[in-house]
Amino acid sequence: MPRPVTPLQKKLIDCYQRGFPVTPHPYADIAAAIGSTEDAVINALADLQDRKILSRIGATYATGRAGASTLAAMAAPAENLEKIAHLISGFTGINHNYEREDKLNLWFVITGPDQEAIRQTTRAITDATGLAVHHMPMIEHYRLDLGFPLSWN
Amino acid sequence: MELGTLHKKLIAALKDGLPLVPEPYAALAEKLDVETGRLCQALEELHDGGIINRFGLIVHHRALGYDANAMCVFDIDDARVSETGRAIATLPYVTLCYQRDRVPGVWPYNLYCMIHGRDRLTVKSQIRHLVARLDLAAIPHRVLFSRRCFSQCGGDYGQADNPGTVTPLPTPMPGEYHDPA
Repeated sequence: MPRPVTPLQKKLIDCYQRGFPVTPHPYADIAAAIGSTEDAVINALADLQDRKILSRIGATYATGRAGASTLAAMAAPAENLEKIAHLISGFTGINHNYEREDKLNLWFVITGPDQEAIRQTTRAITDATGLAVHHMPMIEHYRLDLGFPLSWN
Repeated sequence: MELGTLHKKLIAALKDGLPLVPEPYAALAEKLDVETGRLCQALEELHDGGIINRFGLIVHHRALGYDANAMCVFDIDDARVSETGRAIATLPYVTLCYQRDRVPGVWPYNLYCMIHGRDRLTVKSQIRHLVARLDLAAIPHRVLFSRRCFSQCGGDYGQADNPGTVTPLPTPMPGEYHDPA
């Protein structure tokens, strides 16, 4: 059984998926706000990171504002899917690379400083895999929130 | 707002996350060779300019048991897509909803929404609720649950002086993905 997430860790996730303090001592400020200590907060976060629950403390960006990105998909032969997926994950700027249940079975996001970088990465992936990479760039968003409240059952 | 060099450097540095030390912004500033005050100001500007839409703990939902992740796609008439997207976005269990380009001859779908849940049965009933509530049963649609996750990390938007690097890693790291439980 994996170790359970501690009450302090749950509180940190519940309270700080957004609005993380930009202050000289943010972890001490968080500790003061939730009744803990700076050391305990840092250790709890480091433990979440070690256990691959916390990806990072960082930012998500409004689409198209911090650079260019597009959703992309390809139909990878099942027998080579894993190899192809790892190959794609190895390119700079790839994130959210998922196998999904469809003929288009590999879905990923290509990011880069500009559209030209996206084109280069796409060409490189096509060259490396021999497979067509389809782009589904965003036109309009209605909801973008992966910082949703979690349930702890 | 126009991004300056420091904004771009900061965005690139934040990809690895804020360091877990008592004064993380000072540590980041030292790495980027700027004063801490200037770095914090640049970060504030990214917030205020609407470039950053969320700043905080970014969690791997799968590691917390959220491994039923469904992408629902609809082929909706262009005239109705915005209105439908906004209606879907109000449903509490929908985490992402957007309109995307179709791929002619390959992928006719133009409206996407995501539901992240702990179990497939719940997510499937939420999808049924969504389809019924918005009267979408007659609209061509498809549900793609995720299977394996091969990478989930921050976007790499590069830097002004380092555009478009395409560098495959020598070896993929097996620890980078996890099978759904």
